[in-house]
Amino acid sequence: MRLKYPASIKIILVPCTGKVDILHILRAFEKGADGVYAVGCMEGDCHYNSGNLRARKRIEQAKKILDFAGIGGERVQMKNLSSGEGPLFARYAVEMHEMILEMGPNPIKMAKKKKAA
Amino acid sequence: MIIADKKPVEEIIDMVKGCKKILIAGCNECVTVCEAGGKKEVGILASTLRMYFLTKKQDVLIEEVTLERQCDHEYLEEIRGRIDRYDAIISLACGVGVQFMAEKYHSMPVYPGVNTCFLGANEQRGLWTERCQACGTCILATTGGVCPIARCAKRILHGPCGGSTNGKCEINKDIDCAWQLIIDRLKALNKLDDYEKIMPLKDWSTDRAGGPRKVIREDIQ
Repeated sequence: MRLKYPASIKIILVPCTGKVDILHILRAFEKGADGVYAVGCMEGDCHYNSGNLRARKRIEQAKKILDFAGIGGERVQMKNLSSGEGPLFARYAVEMHEMILEMGPNPIKMAKKKKAA
Repeated sequence: MIIADKKPVEEIIDMVKGCKKILIAGCNECVTVCEAGGKKEVGILASTLRMYFLTKKQDVLIEEVTLERQCDHEYLEEIRGRIDRYDAIISLACGVGVQFMAEKYHSMPVYPGVNTCFLGANEQRGLWTERCQACGTCILATTGGVCPIARCAKRILHGPCGGSTNGKCEINKDIDCAWQLIIDRLKALNKLDDYEKIMPLKDWSTDRAGGPRKVIREDIQ
């Protein structure tokens, strides 16, 4: 299909979104990621039954922490699609990219830069 | 095991106000199993605090450690060499661990990072319920393995009170009447005759009412 999605997106492969731990998400933000989103199977279609549902709960937990820390819970998202939905995958990537551009860089990154200066 | 629950981060931040170097200490035992104060929860709290202080432009160093147990001298000794580096410790152990840590490091402020709740069991993922009040004189042999001290709101020893309705306690319809559970279990064990027996006065001297308790085992001292 030769679909394009923004080069700013870095894909980290996991066997199931159920593998995504809240610490993975938090550490990504600590290290300067501007946004994180998990792309799981459609709800009800998880190969491991409930991996994508667990991932959604962790994303919700991460949202609360990021909101509290002043980074913005919107920067972390959960998306669901099936393996045959390439165009939707690309659309989600574009949407995420645009949303982050609108929100600006991760405040942690800026704070660290200021501290180092 | 000892069941603990997370403390609100706002409360923890308020406790460590003004501290510039903080150690968050987890415990590998009960609080790890009930997912309140193990290595992972230490990581989550540390990450949250680091990000919070950075966005608030406060220069605060947060370090992490998880000890095998915080209720044993030998494991608490493991951090003696680095303890002077910090202004405060947030202990994610139960109340026992927090106090033992505070006793050991007398001049170091040690703050609790969890609320210690009760002795309980893991009924299902994310649900823990109270089973024991550590009264010091176990009567489970005569009550079909169901404890009326921990599970009856009134701690009564001779059958349900008048508030028991359809097997539920009057204080909350979601709470089973402990005496209903005892009777059901005695029936299942074919020991319902035990229900007729008059229980002797319970020895409450081993309960909390006698002040802080001790167990002394000379055979292993």
